[in-house]
Amino acid sequence: MNITMQAVGDSAVKVNFTGRVTPELNTAIQSFCHKLEQVLIDGVIEWVPAFDSVTIYYQPQKLVYKEITEKINDLFEMPAVQNERSSRTIQVPVLYGGLYAPDLERVAEYNGLNVNDVIRIHQEKEYLVYMLGFLPGFPYLGGLDKRIATPRLEEPRAKTFAGAVGIAHEQTGIYPVESPGGWNIIGKTPLELFDQDKFLFRLGDHIQFYSVEENVFAQIKEQIRNDTFKMIITEG
Amino acid sequence: MGKAEFKLAFRAPSTPPKSIPYKSKDGDPMQSETIFHVIKPGVLTTFQDMGRIGYQRFGVPVSGAMDRFSLQVANILVGNNRNTTCLEVTLIGPVLEARTSITIAITGANLQPKINDRLEPMWKTIRMNKGDVLTFGKHQSGVRAYIAVGGGFDVETFFGSASTDVKNGFGMQLQKSTRINAFPMDVKQGIGLGKQFIPIYEKLVEVAVVEGPHTANFTEEARELFFNSIHTVDADSNRMGYRLKSENIPLQNSSDIWSDAVPFGGIQIPGNGQPIILMADRQTTGGYPRIGTVISADLPKIAQLMPKGEVKFYPVTVEEAQKLVIEMENFLYKLDVFRKNF
Repeated sequence: MNITMQAVGDSAVKVNFTGRVTPELNTAIQSFCHKLEQVLIDGVIEWVPAFDSVTIYYQPQKLVYKEITEKINDLFEMPAVQNERSSRTIQVPVLYGGLYAPDLERVAEYNGLNVNDVIRIHQEKEYLVYMLGFLPGFPYLGGLDKRIATPRLEEPRAKTFAGAVGIAHEQTGIYPVESPGGWNIIGKTPLELFDQDKFLFRLGDHIQFYSVEENVFAQIKEQIRNDTFKMIITEG
Repeated sequence: MGKAEFKLAFRAPSTPPKSIPYKSKDGDPMQSETIFHVIKPGVLTTFQDMGRIGYQRFGVPVSGAMDRFSLQVANILVGNNRNTTCLEVTLIGPVLEARTSITIAITGANLQPKINDRLEPMWKTIRMNKGDVLTFGKHQSGVRAYIAVGGGFDVETFFGSASTDVKNGFGMQLQKSTRINAFPMDVKQGIGLGKQFIPIYEKLVEVAVVEGPHTANFTEEARELFFNSIHTVDADSNRMGYRLKSENIPLQNSSDIWSDAVPFGGIQIPGNGQPIILMADRQTTGGYPRIGTVISADLPKIAQLMPKGEVKFYPVTVEEAQKLVIEMENFLYKLDVFRKNF
C-alpha cells in the first residue's frame, strides 16, 4: 500500500491511496484516519475519507504545503495505533415496494428480474460503508450484487424523500434528508441517520438490510419518537 | 463476536440548544434581547459565520459566509470575534426596524444601506436607535453584504455553527414579521476600515487557480482553453455553486474518477464541459473531475461576482497561493489586534 499527495488549493491536501477500491483499501484508509485522530497535527482542521483518498483540510498560516506533506508521510509510516475500532454490523429495516419504491419496477426491468427478486437480492449481502458524503450521514455502500446494479436515473428527481433506500450502479445508499437525487429508490427505512451531532453510520461499518411490513415500519417510527427503539448492532 | 443491543438516543430535533450568554468586559453576563423586527426579509438574507467545521467526514456541508473577508472585517469593526455570526444579505436587502439601540457595521456589496432614508457609510460602525429603520437602496456593486452587530446575534446553532443551510434544515432564510435577537454591546461609532483596504468589486475578475487534483482528465488543449477563455457567470448560480458559460472544456476518461472531498473554490468540469465553481453550500464530496481550485485570497472576488459577470483564470503554484492567503490572514489578525486596542 502506498500513498501519493496532491495540493487541493491552498488549504487542503489530497492523500491518494494507490490500488483498487476494495475492502482492504478501505481498511487502510480507516487506519490512516484513526492515526490522524490520535496524533492531531497542529494546523489540521478536519479530514474527509473517500473511496481511494483522504483529503485533509489545514491552515496554511500554521503549516505550509511542504510541511504538511512531510507530516503526512511520517504519519503514514508510523505503525498502526492500538485500540482501533472493531467492525460493526448494523441491521437496517426497510419497507420495500409500494409508495416508497418509485423505481423498483425500473430496477427489476433493467435486470430482467421480478420485483420480489430485487427485494430478496438486496437483503442478501452485507454492505460496507466506504464513505459518508453527499448529504449529512449519507452512506456510500459497496458490495451490491451485480444482478441488481442499475444506472442512475437519466433525469434526477427534484425531491427524493428522507429515508429513501436507493441503487446507483453497483452502489446502494440511504437518503438521510429530503434532497434532489438520481438514485433508483426501492424502499424506505424508518431510521434517522443523524440527530444533533450524532451519526448512525461510520466509515467501515457493515450494513444488513431487512424487510419490514407497514405495521412494523410504523411501530419503529413510533419507538424512535419515544426514544425506545433498540437498534440491532453486532460487534466483532 | 458479541451480539449486543444498542439504544441510540435519537431525539426529535425539537428543543433548540440554550444560548450561552456572552460576558461583557466587566464580567456581567449579557442578556439576549430583540434588536430587530423584520419588516421585509429581502430576497435571500441568512445568518452566516465561518461555517460548520469538523463534520465534513460525516457528510455535513460547511456552509458559512460566501465572502469571508467581508464577514470578518464587519465583526472586527464592531469588536466581535472574527467568526461571529452576521446577516448575509443578497442583492435586495431586508427592511429591519431597531427595537433597541445597537451598533452595526455593514461590509461587502454596496447595496446602498440607509437608516431612516439617509445613506449610511459602509465598512464603518454606525449607531441605530430604537425605532430606526435600516433599508437598502439600489444595487451598486458586489452581491453580498454583511451586517455585524456589536455583541453578536443570538442564533440557534447546528453542529457548532449558526450558518443557515436551508437544504439540510439548519435554520431558514429570514422571514417577514419575525424578530432577531442579539447580545447588544456598546460600541463607538465611526470606527472604519482605511479606504485603501476596501475591496472594489469588478464585473470582470481575474482569479488565481491551483491546478488539480484530476489533472489526468484534461488534455493540454483543454487546459489552455480553460485558462485562455473568459467565462460568464450563469443566472442559476447560488450559494452551492457558480455555473459558468464557457467554451466547451473537453474531458478525457470522464467517468473514471472516484468521488472525493470537494473544497470551497473547487472547479468541476461535468460532461457538458461547462465549469462549476463550488461555493460555501457545496456538498462535502463530488464525483466530477476538477481542473483546479480558486485560491482562498481570490474567493471573495467570486462571491461578489454578479450573474453575467466574467471571470478569467490563471495558474499559480501552491506556494504562491499560500503566500497570499497568509498575507490576508495576517492583515485580518493585525486589524483585529489594532481594533481591540483602539
